[in-house]
Amino acid sequence: MPRLPKLPSPPVPGPLKAPPPRPGEGNGAVGPLEEAKEAGITVVDWVDERTSLSGAGRWLMFRKVPKGTNWFYTLGSATMFAFLSQAVTGVFLAMYYRPDPSGGAYESIRHVTNDVFLGQFVRGMHKWGSSVMVILVFLHMGRTFFFGAYKYPRELNWVIGVVLLILTMTMSFTGYLLPFDQRAYWATIVGVNINGTGPLIGPYLSDFLRGGSEFGATTLSRFYAIHMLLVPGLLAALIGAHLYLVAKLGTTAPPWLKAEKRAELHEAEV
Amino acid sequence: MNKREKEAYLRDYAILKAKGKPFFPYAVAKDGAMACVVMAVIITMSLVLGAELGSKANPTTTTYVPRPEWYFFFLFEVLRVIKPPSLVPLATIGVPTLAMILLFLLPFYDRGPERRPERRPIATVTGIVVIAAMAFLTYEGANAGSPTAIEMPTPAHVVKAGGATLGEYEAGKLVVAQSGCLACHKIGENGNSGPGPDLTHIASRLPRQGIARTLVNPTAPMPSFKNLPPQKFKSVVEFLSQLK
Ligand code: HEC
Ligand code: HEM
Repeated sequence: MPRLPKLPSPPVPGPLKAPPPRPGEGNGAVGPLEEAKEAGITVVDWVDERTSLSGAGRWLMFRKVPKGTNWFYTLGSATMFAFLSQAVTGVFLAMYYRPDPSGGAYESIRHVTNDVFLGQFVRGMHKWGSSVMVILVFLHMGRTFFFGAYKYPRELNWVIGVVLLILTMTMSFTGYLLPFDQRAYWATIVGVNINGTGPLIGPYLSDFLRGGSEFGATTLSRFYAIHMLLVPGLLAALIGAHLYLVAKLGTTAPPWLKAEKRAELHEAEV
Repeated sequence: MNKREKEAYLRDYAILKAKGKPFFPYAVAKDGAMACVVMAVIITMSLVLGAELGSKANPTTTTYVPRPEWYFFFLFEVLRVIKPPSLVPLATIGVPTLAMILLFLLPFYDRGPERRPERRPIATVTGIVVIAAMAFLTYEGANAGSPTAIEMPTPAHVVKAGGATLGEYEAGKLVVAQSGCLACHKIGENGNSGPGPDLTHIASRLPRQGIARTLVNPTAPMPSFKNLPPQKFKSVVEFLSQLK
């Protein structure tokens, strides 16, 4: 671990201890102006004294990233930003959405699209954001694949990544039904039926998705719960684990860098 | 990778990392720039392409196109290409499941120490082939139309029978055309040749009751059409059982 700048030692709360006099400042009385200036630092210190979070922050932010790290390495965090954008726009859509298959769902989406201020814009961001996120996940996966980044010691991060991929696709599949227009309805019926052809758990899985053997009233609320609670929760938790491993193991150096270093070592040996 | 190779890797990596730059602000700046690009793309797409809403879901109609979101097209296409019904579960579940298992286990069967793509020819070529195949299937899936009209000559015996038979035939043809059957079935020169079987000569294979039973209680992935209004349902069965 590289050397890190030291934080100042945590101050004991003001009233308990008078600050040491500063040069040229009389007996050390501190005016309200100075106190206000330091308030920000004091709050940070106060929290840090109780949580020791600043160590983790420094560990995360000031870790070294190998030389030669290029733009391909931004695809992972780009995926994360697409996910965050989906989360924020999704919250706004959820404020209006009603998972009611007998017309309420469709009507609420129509209301958002046509009446609500910026409603169509936010819905468009959510809709197209899903495509962007899927593309970015695949690009990011391609980068880690072609750079051999899944090899020792990052195998586990690859496995978590595949789960993230499946969850992302699940998000898109469950979200597609929610507007409850014709496209949504029939594509989902076919999709759930496809699930049902699977071996062993296939029929159970599609019964679970439908909420019974029929595509009915519970189906929509199930998809809604899966789409906005279950899977996003899992995604957020697993992205956290994914990033923890990235920070802990460090990002790979571009695979081409190795050769250069070998040559240098050779020179050193001679 | 054996123990020695692992240690060699960790040693090399430690050197490379020590020569690197701190994450903040260098990597953060790049990630931030990329984040701005991502947001700009999403916002532009939303402004330009908008968010359409089709007509309300209606289990009893007509004019729907069972089409997934575009990034599932490749799956849909696999489904279309593999025709025999006995192989459909293989296409729908078998291929994707196998692909997922292979993807999960990748780090455990590809354990060589080499990381440069040009020195891992098998992995690199496989990756490129898979990407090309998926791009091709997506493209094909996107272009597989779902026509909503059936154009074919009315069979002679129906024309001769005329009257009610001809009426039912024409009505049924319309309902079938509008009910999305052509997304999965071929009738004459119309529709896609998969995932469902060709229906051009369905009546010579399946009696009237058999057709009705299929529509009420089909095998996946075909959706059930038992919610069609009785009159429309009757016309559909009538139409199909004339296709000798
Ligand atoms: C999502 C795709 C899909 C749609 C839409 C669809 N089908 Fe099917 N259909 C299938 C599949 C797949 C089979 C094969 C199932 C089997 O053989 O067990 C099938 C089988 C059939 C059969 C039995 C064929 C035989 O040879 O046994 C008939 C009849 C039929 N469909 C009629 C229709 C009609 C009429 C419509 C529209 C109202 C329709 N299908 C819509 C996928 C679909
Ligand atoms: C929601 C989806 C995902 C998010 C938000 C995400 C995020 C990230 C981020 C921020 C990094 C840091 C390095 C970089 O940006 O390249 C990373 C690294 C990594 N990711 Fe992902 N990722 C996701 C999905 C995936 C998938 C689908 C895979 C592969 C199956 C994967 C495998 C990896 C691996 C192996 C690394 C280590 C790369 C290295 O050290 O060079 N991730 N991920």
